[in-house]
Amino acid sequence: MSKLDIKVDENGYYGEFGGAYIPELLHPNIEELRDQYLKIIEEPGFQEEFKSLLKDYVGRPTPLFLAKRLSAKYGAKIYLKREDLNHTGAHKINNAIGQALVAKKLGKRKIIAETGAGQHGVATATACALMGLECIVFMGEKDIDRQSPNVERMKILGAEVRPASSGSKTLKDATNEAMRHWINNPNDTHYIIGSVVGPHPYPDMVTRFQSVISEEIMQQLQEQEGKNSPDYVVACVGGGSNAAGAFYHYLNNEKVKLIAVEAAGHGIDSGETAATTAKGSSGVLHGSKTLLMQSDDGQVTEPYSISAGLDYPGIGPLHAFLYTSKRAQFEYVTDDEAMQASVELSKLEGIIPAVETGHALAALNNIKFKEGDIVVLNLSGRGDKDLQTYINYGNY
Amino acid sequence: MVTINQSQTMNNRIEQTFKQKDKEKLTIYFTAGYPALEDTNTILKALEKEDVDIIEIGIPYSDPIADGPTIQETSMKALENGMNLDKLFEQLKGLRSITQKPVFLMGYCNNVLKYGTEAFCKKCVEVGVDGLILPDMPMNEYQLQFKKFFEQYGLKNVFLITPKTSEERIREVDAQNGGFIYMVSSSSTTGGSWQDSPERLAYLERIKDMNLKTPQMIGFGISDYAALKLVNQYTDGAIVGSAFLRNLDPDNLEGSIKTFIKGIRTEEA
Repeated sequence: MSKLDIKVDENGYYGEFGGAYIPELLHPNIEELRDQYLKIIEEPGFQEEFKSLLKDYVGRPTPLFLAKRLSAKYGAKIYLKREDLNHTGAHKINNAIGQALVAKKLGKRKIIAETGAGQHGVATATACALMGLECIVFMGEKDIDRQSPNVERMKILGAEVRPASSGSKTLKDATNEAMRHWINNPNDTHYIIGSVVGPHPYPDMVTRFQSVISEEIMQQLQEQEGKNSPDYVVACVGGGSNAAGAFYHYLNNEKVKLIAVEAAGHGIDSGETAATTAKGSSGVLHGSKTLLMQSDDGQVTEPYSISAGLDYPGIGPLHAFLYTSKRAQFEYVTDDEAMQASVELSKLEGIIPAVETGHALAALNNIKFKEGDIVVLNLSGRGDKDLQTYINYGNY
Repeated sequence: MVTINQSQTMNNRIEQTFKQKDKEKLTIYFTAGYPALEDTNTILKALEKEDVDIIEIGIPYSDPIADGPTIQETSMKALENGMNLDKLFEQLKGLRSITQKPVFLMGYCNNVLKYGTEAFCKKCVEVGVDGLILPDMPMNEYQLQFKKFFEQYGLKNVFLITPKTSEERIREVDAQNGGFIYMVSSSSTTGGSWQDSPERLAYLERIKDMNLKTPQMIGFGISDYAALKLVNQYTDGAIVGSAFLRNLDPDNLEGSIKTFIKGIRTEEA
């Protein structure tokens, strides 16, 4: 049997995906980060500070909850990893805290970030408030209109929200604007990318900060099941940071089936979808070679999903590799299926999930479980931010 | 397959241009398919008539992260107009009957990768393009996956350097034998304003003193005669893009191009 060895190589590649496709203007910043990030985050003092903040500020470890009624319905033992119970309501804060600490070590006092729905923006604004760093969050003009409560949250936390008015005025354009700002302000600014995307070393760095999720799952399963690995790990994928964190310690354990769930929007072939692995092809997006949705001419196409957190035209290079190498199984879930599953979890377990997580929940329908299978589903975020989406859906 | 003759012609066009040491050299960038889809050749013909040394044709891209607002807007408009690579190569079939000036295509890696790197290179040579400028392609990635095709087809690759690029890295760029070295005049995306500053002069002097074998042209934020004159004292020329595009009059392309080039070539009274 071949031994799996999935990790980033010295050029920042997972197989054929990754790398750093960046303008020369960003080279000094990326080089500094690439040379420093492992030294910084592996340093014992850093780890101590990071872990202490995760415990006392973020509220980790998050529980691993055996969802009995959900388990009964699907015929498997389903555990929910409760990332929704983190401070600010999602897994995004793990990375924001980690990178804000890295920025401080690099001597950078100004932080920029991109955000779609506003979750990463709020997490970054929170980390910056905590550490006394200046914060500018780039957000597409369309998203600012759609997500006004999160815009106000960021402002309350002291961040400036800067509208991205170029292109399609959504997440991908907010990312472009953040990169342009960084090009123009390279000296004192660190860019906290919110997902496992971007030029090397971002995908690996963000994965490492999110890997606290699978680290805890191993310990908690050991305590509850007497073994540290499940049969399945299920997570939704937009850029893929919560999935990368939930998969991380199991990447090279082939007995654990990894299920990555993408948003099919109105259906994979509807023309309104965010199912990158189903509809995308290889190319370069936001600094790395990965799978992305694009026209025949190589223009990046606008994705669609009911969930703003999954509404992204690419996926991180690690996930592109997990897809093409077949290490992970990719599933596709429509808006309707995700909403039904979100309401179902609310009724069965008393947990209103983020609509992103609803996609992971809906994928339980697509898997044939054997009796006794142990499943860990990463409950990446809480549904408070999606109340209006639930109300618009109405079917509850 | 590129013939030896084609390859020599391409090198000659670039070399001849930089041999003329006595004049201020000017590169003009424009976005293909802007202001209207079929304007590409009209603009090329107008530039051929004017005192312009090198022409850069921008391939419009949906996500141009190294470009400022002007080129973002012209790119969006060009894409809306229906510009794509097949269309552009079709338009450029008559390129060498229009002009013998060196012509570079400027775009982003994804344009090339999606088209297929080898197919793209082949097309470039067929229509008579001399080289490529892909601002999001760092040297590392160039060497890993693009270089063999560029060399096979005799296309020159232009690398960018900035005031923060280390001497070691600049020497590495120089050793690549690109058509020229694209000096970014400040740490900024395209289209900013040029100001005469001690830092910038120091940058110009530092690069001049390195005695690089590859010609250097400086771009980003050059929009008037004074800037053109100044940078030509230190480098082999200047690149003007955003200012040129802002001055294009859709109803009078030829006239507005003539006026603009005359303006940047003439000292103000």
